[in-house]
Amino acid sequence: MSSNDKKWFSLDLGNKKKQESSSCGCGKSSSGCNSHNKPIQEKQPDGFDQVFNVKMDRRTAFKKLTASLAIGAGAISTSCSVVAGDETKEKSQIEWEEQFKGNYKLMTDEEKKGTVDRLVRSYQLRTGKNISMSSKNAEEDVLFGYAFNISKCQGYMDCVSACVEENNQDRNSQMEYIRIHEMKDGKGFNFNEADDNYYHEVPAEGHFYMGTQCFHCDNPPCVDVCPVQATWREDDGLVVIDYDWCIGCRYCMAACPYDGRRFNWSKPEVPEVEVNKDQHYLGNRMRKKGVMEKCTFCVQRSRAGKNPACVEACPTGSRIFGNLLDPNSTIRWVIENKKVFRLKEDLGTEPKFWYFMD
Amino acid sequence: MRRLKVLGSLIKDSLDIITSGSKKYHIWMAFLTFVMLVGMYCYSVQLEHGLSVTGMTDRVSWGLYISNFTFLVGVAAAAVMLVMPTYVLKDIDFKQAVLIGEGIAVAALMMCLAFVVADMGGPSVLWHMIPGIGVFNFPDSMLAWDVIVLNGYLFLNITIPFYILFRHYQGKKAKTSVYVPGALISVFWAVAIHLVTAFLYQGLQARPFWNNALLGPRFLASAFAAGPALIIIVLAIIRTYTEFKIKDKTIKKLAMVVTVAAQINLIMLISELFKEFYAPTHHSESAYYLFFGLKGKTALLPWIWTSISLNVLATVMLTYHKLRNNFKVLFFTCFILFVAIWIEKGFGLIVPGFIPGPYGKIAEYTPTGIEIGVTIGIWAMGAFIFTILAKTAIKIETGSLRFKKK
Repeated sequence: MSSNDKKWFSLDLGNKKKQESSSCGCGKSSSGCNSHNKPIQEKQPDGFDQVFNVKMDRRTAFKKLTASLAIGAGAISTSCSVVAGDETKEKSQIEWEEQFKGNYKLMTDEEKKGTVDRLVRSYQLRTGKNISMSSKNAEEDVLFGYAFNISKCQGYMDCVSACVEENNQDRNSQMEYIRIHEMKDGKGFNFNEADDNYYHEVPAEGHFYMGTQCFHCDNPPCVDVCPVQATWREDDGLVVIDYDWCIGCRYCMAACPYDGRRFNWSKPEVPEVEVNKDQHYLGNRMRKKGVMEKCTFCVQRSRAGKNPACVEACPTGSRIFGNLLDPNSTIRWVIENKKVFRLKEDLGTEPKFWYFMD
Repeated sequence: MRRLKVLGSLIKDSLDIITSGSKKYHIWMAFLTFVMLVGMYCYSVQLEHGLSVTGMTDRVSWGLYISNFTFLVGVAAAAVMLVMPTYVLKDIDFKQAVLIGEGIAVAALMMCLAFVVADMGGPSVLWHMIPGIGVFNFPDSMLAWDVIVLNGYLFLNITIPFYILFRHYQGKKAKTSVYVPGALISVFWAVAIHLVTAFLYQGLQARPFWNNALLGPRFLASAFAAGPALIIIVLAIIRTYTEFKIKDKTIKKLAMVVTVAAQINLIMLISELFKEFYAPTHHSESAYYLFFGLKGKTALLPWIWTSISLNVLATVMLTYHKLRNNFKVLFFTCFILFVAIWIEKGFGLIVPGFIPGPYGKIAEYTPTGIEIGVTIGIWAMGAFIFTILAKTAIKIETGSLRFKKK
């Protein structure tokens, strides 16, 4: 992204002043990527803040609302059930506070920690098991990017199963963030004739494979259309969702040109033994029915300095992940030395997901 | 204090009116109540199991609900075709019909809101949208705009008729200085609700079928055909079953509006078809799916061709003065035009936007019984609301309902 105040894609008509830095998605040469050495500037206030500028008021309002409702709930549960144990009371208290909490995007670090603690405690009360949940924010000087080597992918789909296990996706509906497209040799990138739902031995004769998932666009259409700002772009480039704030209107799904978003049409279910207990609030924590979810580049892993599960699981090494602002990273080497391209670049979405061939 | 007393009496009187009536009226209301209850049962199933009980999937993520919502926004906007001549251009021929038109707008808007709520994955957290306590993504999200314009229009269409009826109820004349500014705003507002709803789809670069500059204007043209067509049918029913006499002249003038709008709509359809099929590109695939089917997937074909035939037939019939001025023919024509546009601006517009998917996947959509049940239930709710509003309004307007006249 050339500048952080850029809200939408603008056509280069050739009569603008030369911008001091080009997009990180230039994919052209190393010189074009100089901008990445600069630290990310503070995010400009968005339209909402500019128009209403009530961030603090809202927060206080929330606190008051939450507190009064919690007291009300406490009173109700105490008066209604004399024999109810402390745990039941605590559970209903947590439920009330969770129902009326604010948008994660606008929370202070303290509030973020508060909701994470509540969710961990609630899980403990419900199942008796402990989970760890992080609310780690984006680190400075980090912008995550991804590259995919089409020559190497053989269509084994280990990435898909690793992703499902890592991210606690609903097993019943077989929700998958990654789609592997099987394409015919000699047809080029012809998605129309590709098959993204194959059940046969791979690599199949006369075919090649490529994977798609959320591309974490720098100018994501899904973020603009959300009526309640339940999805946004984090400072390290991840496009994330607050599952508890999402109202389930699916406008983002219609706006995504890359089929990157998934919806929980029914209550997601993961067998207790298969639950990945290493979680992040914005990542693989348990979802509920009627909310959106999507690939987060495994935020619980990537922010802890690890590769996403798909990268780790790939047996062919076709997946490369790293920090675009680190000049020594593999991803930077790929972008600078390979003939990289991105899908549907004409839409101005600036995906941070590049394809290349050996 | 006096006003409160009048209001109390009005509420009491209108309750009396809506609970008493002929046998036919009671059967009609009982029927609507029954359908609404069935719809509510279907919705409770959906609440219990999630939206998986509908035919929608990750591939086609909007279906019958959003289709009906889109169409009904147009019906609501059509009230402007009565409001503008009556209040702004001072055309007295429309004066009697205007309250009925506004009643239809209110009912249509309530249905719109009901369809949006039915489509939500989390109706319990809808308060996230309320400005002040929620977070409203304004002005970025067109859905946020839509919430504002729809509720604003609903407010205008409730307050203006209410003011007029409230004055008439007391046997006074409504002051033009009070309601004309509101009526003027509502004229622009009506255009806005439909344009904003069109922009909701038009602004998505991901869906070439919608990302089309003609979408907004075509929404308006079809709305000004389908909406007044419905108003004509409703006026015809009211004329036959109540003492509220609407002049032939009013219906003829409205028929003229429908005719012009239907003609413009047809011209725009030809323009759209030309663009999609003269030099087809990758982006024309959705249009191919809609009109001819893609790779053997032809679910929408019977619907869209029915719609186009009815549309052309109705427009041709309306164009001939002789046919248009024959009321029996006119009512039939209005009915088929309404159905044609309901198909075209409903699932004929929404579903093909998702087919083929972003990567060419062709997965079709068929609504489930639950979905259809909820949809019919919401339509019944609209009819119920309209019947109540119209019955009270007619009683006041014909003078049989007056304050302290009992």
